[in-house]
Amino acid sequence: MNTNNSRGLTLLVRYVLLAVAAFVMVYPFLYMVSTSFKTRSLSLGDPTSLWPSEPTLENYKQVLGTENFARYFLNSAAVAIVSTILIVLLSAMMAYAFARLDWPGKRVFFTLIIIGLTIPTMMLIVPQFLLARDLHLLNSLPGLVPFYVGTALAFNTFLLAGFFEQIPHELDEAMAIDGAGPWRRFWKLAMPLSKPAIGTCVIFAFLGTWDEFAWALTVLNDVDNRTLPIAIALFQGQHSTSWGLVFAASLIAVIPVLIVYIVFQRNFVAGLTTGALKN
Amino acid sequence: MSISRTTAVTPRSAGGRARRPRPRVAATGPRRDTKAAYAFVLPGFALYALIMLYPAIRTFLLSFRDWQIAPGKPSPWVGLDNYIQAFQDPVFLNSLVNSAAYTVFTVPLQIIFGLGLAVLLDAKLPGRVGFRVLFYLPVVTSWVVVSLLFQYIFQSGDGVANHLVVDVFGLSSENVSWLQSRWTGMFAIGVLGIWKGIGWAMLIFLAALTAVPAELKEAAALDGANAAKRFRYVSLPAIRGALSVVFILLFIGGFNVFISVLLMTGGGPGNATQVPLTYMYQQAFSFLDFGYGSAISFSLTVLVLAASALQYWWTRRRMRE
Repeated sequence: MNTNNSRGLTLLVRYVLLAVAAFVMVYPFLYMVSTSFKTRSLSLGDPTSLWPSEPTLENYKQVLGTENFARYFLNSAAVAIVSTILIVLLSAMMAYAFARLDWPGKRVFFTLIIIGLTIPTMMLIVPQFLLARDLHLLNSLPGLVPFYVGTALAFNTFLLAGFFEQIPHELDEAMAIDGAGPWRRFWKLAMPLSKPAIGTCVIFAFLGTWDEFAWALTVLNDVDNRTLPIAIALFQGQHSTSWGLVFAASLIAVIPVLIVYIVFQRNFVAGLTTGALKN
Repeated sequence: MSISRTTAVTPRSAGGRARRPRPRVAATGPRRDTKAAYAFVLPGFALYALIMLYPAIRTFLLSFRDWQIAPGKPSPWVGLDNYIQAFQDPVFLNSLVNSAAYTVFTVPLQIIFGLGLAVLLDAKLPGRVGFRVLFYLPVVTSWVVVSLLFQYIFQSGDGVANHLVVDVFGLSSENVSWLQSRWTGMFAIGVLGIWKGIGWAMLIFLAALTAVPAELKEAAALDGANAAKRFRYVSLPAIRGALSVVFILLFIGGFNVFISVLLMTGGGPGNATQVPLTYMYQQAFSFLDFGYGSAISFSLTVLVLAASALQYWWTRRRMRE
């Protein structure tokens, strides 16, 4: 009886603390959402009121009414989807060779991948810019893809290799005895058994490319080539007092991320947990 | 070495052919592995080498040159000049101080709050997943969007930050121009960094805490250890590894802060809130001084990696004791 009471009490304390934390963490988002429904004059009114007195869809209409916004959205979507597919495929193939196959030179190649994990991408922006110039990939939307894929490979390969290693070798051997080559074992065994890890990679790869800012800012010039993060940042520069407009655009940009995150988030935690245990 | 290896393998697989019931796999296995392995690795690795390894070497080489952006113009080697310039450049040195201040401010608070939330969530709790998703939301939201959001929150006139400081808590009698001076600007950028990073730290800690066997905690509870003691003597030792990994990664991330500074203050006013990466970016892409920009990049990376290697070595030594 007594312990039941104290258990109930700790549970209550837990919930109160969690609720306070949740409020603090979510408040900025609520604020952003509410501002996006306020007209320009009201967005400068009482800063803490989360419920606009006269909610309006005006900002969303204006954002979606700009022809370019749809274009930027599609630009981002195309680059992010193509990059994500390539990142997951190429990383999984490398990870499979590192984790499941026996070949000379494995250690050297793997060490070179690990080195990539320690290099901050921003450090490479100057020589990458020169490389893009030499390959005529400046100011081109498809030109973003090799750079997005190349910079994401080390991390995702590392993550997937840890996962592939845990697949029981007996399964591999059983398939090999039935005459399945490495390529078939990769597609029919390793990939289906690693869904949580693949889901984690999809989240990381999609978020990374959808939100990428610094590289796109550096190499894209044409208005038509802009991706969403560039468009939103520049949007703010042009309409510095129309925060409602800026946040309406931002929220539309956040939607695909939320969809990908919520769809894959169960996998995500499972993937990270196993990864963390491994390391 | 490769010769002795092939000769060693061939007779064995030939022998295997005779003995094993299914000779096909045994005989062709090792040879096919090598071929297949290279087919698996090379497409990705070639791209990785082109986009990451080659530029990494080139950053190093560029940093010793007075790089001329125009093609065809010679770019003379200048030895250590760019590095000497950097470590005598008050703006670069200030930018290092700013990023150090940012790191000292944000890393401990992200760890404390992240660990606190992980401990709260480490129980059978209805609504646990919902909380976890909420706390992780800032992590998955783009840096561009949250930087603009915090610029709005910390705007000089009637932003939320001023409302809280002046009207709610009465810490100041007049509005603060947060982003218009060095330390209030770095503070605002730091608040964003903490808010955005807590969820990530929480998730790693939660994963580590979930891995602590429940029997251990129950045994400690049976021995009369209260919650604080169970945390101190059972959970904390078990998550030490996660703790040092989170610390090192946040430390590296702190010195590499970029987008939030670029969008919230632009390194200004003057160069007051410049951090190494914003300064590097300005030198390289506003002033087209690629050699100097590379020297700044390389110095920052070496300093940060050396510091993290030292921390790693130190925690490893302490864990062994």
